[in-house]
Amino acid sequence: MLDLFSQLLTDYTLRTVALGAATLGIVGGGLGSYAVLRGQSLLGDAISHAALPGIALAFLITGSKAPLPLMLGAAATGIVATLFIIGVTNTTRVPYDSALALALSAFFGVGLVLLTYLQQHAGAAQAGLDSFLFGQAAALVEHDVVVMAVLGGIALLALLLFWKEFKLLAFDPDFGRSLGFPIRMLDIVLTTLLVVAIVIGLQTVGVVLMSAVIVAPAAAARQWTDRLSVMVALAATFGALSGVSGAVVSGATANLPTGPTIVLCMGTVVIVSLLLAPNRGLLWRWWRQWRTSRRLRQERVLYDLYTLAAKHGAGDRPHEAATLDAMVSGSTRTAYVLRRLAEQGLVAETSDERWHLTDEGLEEARRLADKRNLAPDATIDDA
Amino acid sequence: MSLPQIEIQLVATVVAVACALPGTFLVLRRMGMMSDAISHAILLGIVVGVFIVGTLHSPLLIVAAALTGLLTAALVETINSTGQVKEDAAIGLVFPVLFSIGVILIAKFAGDMHLDTDAVLLGELAFAPFNRLTAFGLDFGPRALWTMGGVLVLNALFLALFYKELKLATFDPGLAASLGFRPRVLHYALMGLVSLTAVSAFDAVGSILVVALMVGPPMTAYLLSDRLEWMISLSAAFGVLNAIAGYWGAHLLDVSIAGTMATTTGLVFGLVLLGAPERGLIAQWRRTRRQKWQFAVKMLAIHLRQHENTPEAARECQVDHLQEHLNWDGPFAERVVERAVSRGSVRRENGHLRLTDEGREVAQEAATQT
Repeated sequence: MLDLFSQLLTDYTLRTVALGAATLGIVGGGLGSYAVLRGQSLLGDAISHAALPGIALAFLITGSKAPLPLMLGAAATGIVATLFIIGVTNTTRVPYDSALALALSAFFGVGLVLLTYLQQHAGAAQAGLDSFLFGQAAALVEHDVVVMAVLGGIALLALLLFWKEFKLLAFDPDFGRSLGFPIRMLDIVLTTLLVVAIVIGLQTVGVVLMSAVIVAPAAAARQWTDRLSVMVALAATFGALSGVSGAVVSGATANLPTGPTIVLCMGTVVIVSLLLAPNRGLLWRWWRQWRTSRRLRQERVLYDLYTLAAKHGAGDRPHEAATLDAMVSGSTRTAYVLRRLAEQGLVAETSDERWHLTDEGLEEARRLADKRNLAPDATIDDA
Repeated sequence: MSLPQIEIQLVATVVAVACALPGTFLVLRRMGMMSDAISHAILLGIVVGVFIVGTLHSPLLIVAAALTGLLTAALVETINSTGQVKEDAAIGLVFPVLFSIGVILIAKFAGDMHLDTDAVLLGELAFAPFNRLTAFGLDFGPRALWTMGGVLVLNALFLALFYKELKLATFDPGLAASLGFRPRVLHYALMGLVSLTAVSAFDAVGSILVVALMVGPPMTAYLLSDRLEWMISLSAAFGVLNAIAGYWGAHLLDVSIAGTMATTTGLVFGLVLLGAPERGLIAQWRRTRRQKWQFAVKMLAIHLRQHENTPEAARECQVDHLQEHLNWDGPFAERVVERAVSRGSVRRENGHLRLTDEGREVAQEAATQT
């Protein structure tokens, strides 16, 4: 572990890849939060696939593989695809997700056509463009990371500048419109920022897996908080951590591609968050449910004993566990519940394996009956 | 046309129709993106299958991959059912993770099998004629044609047998459930078919094109038809059109066939989106325009009728006054009047506008309509 850490500081390639992965994690997590909250989780997938023809076109026009023109091209077709999706959804009855799927595959198809065309006609210069499919983090150089950081920084800065407006857009656009905010414009700006977040990550994780970078950190962060600011910060942190650990682990292992490793790290963060996050975490929820049902079972048995006692007019009259079993529907493991009640001193077992309420038990049962507005069919005199 | 060319087009056609059948229900049930999720996730199933059976051409492989498709659907539903993550985010989480595991397995053990991620994602239809089915020393044509033909028959059989159930579960899931049709079972059956189709098609056309073929033709058909039977038939027809046109496009440009087929699918949808008789953008635009003029002429008629035979008539019934009263700008008011005149509902009498009998009827009708 320490070894890996020192490598991170000294190894140029590893450091570059880790920095790149951290950048894309931060920007993807931050802007992804909005995508997830606005129900646009899969838009990222469509945009990243639609970026492929843009990359090929940019190369066709400029003839260079410098990151900036390629990213601009990717952003351009990404935006066109988004407009197509919004247009189709607004003007026809075609559902949103089908529009996404068609945009994704048709644009990707155009990209494929352009890539194969370039392979036939552009000779050796185009080699490496297809690394955008799955990403090739190892090929990142310092210049790429600088471009990523600058573009990502601008996107995050815009997010901070229009914080209040975007928050309004995400949670109550109608209210925002009534206040006079240019909601349509804000929508376009925020979606454009999402496009920026996606195109800066393409070289590292590729078009297929980029959607996970948008969705996973944000979905994980959502579990830990109900506040937007905390969620965005957490998502950026999760994104950066997964990015760096994915880069380090894949760098230290032979034949372990970086993009998929980063995605698996993010997936792990999501699973841990889903299970363990306080309040929303599934483990806590199951535990709470278990405790509630245990308490209800105990109260049920106690109250049944109370009813029996009331019918017989005496609190300390013992009854068999089987009688109690018969009074409750379904399997409630009466014997176990009785033993737990005995541990609390609410019931006691007689020598012939029958059970009766103790004085405390009687009191507790009365209290319960009172609280629940229950009354047994008969009353008991205090012994 | 040479024999391989015919064979490639045959395979493409069969794949297109086989995808369009379950695709229609995916589009109608708002699950278009599940085709994307499943077609990516089956990579993992294929890899695991290759580990187990050791070859890329075994029926067991198809079973393993189809099971991964079902796993994807089940995982999405499980995550969604916790109520902590929305369905679209759940889809966006599940398939990249499964796909990543597949990619990593391939990268780690790539030497041991003839499988690379590009092939799964992109496919190469041009190679389909080289992989032939031979038995008893006879050549039965491309293997892909038989596999996809089988899938096509299976999809068609499923649709034919459960047509009523699928239709009901798609358009009224509540009623279907209350009648005891088990929409969940149908949902998983459909997901299974989608997986089976996607995995059978992957080495012919690649997983991205599977997505295009599954949602593209049904979406195109959805713009043209209001009947399920028609939509299915039209989807199949558009699938064939895209396949053939895509093939010749690739032939002309010397590029990836899967790429041109997906591109054609998008283009055909775009053209129908523009030109569809009722739901097309041009038809919508023309309808809006026509309605705008019709409305304006009616407004004019109502206005004139309101002031007919009143002391203000001389002032109110002038073209200039319309600008003030109806908030129309000058040229627009002039054009409305021209239209009204040419339709015979208004006549000009030395600067004044008078309703004809016909115009009075128009006004009467418009005013009494509720």
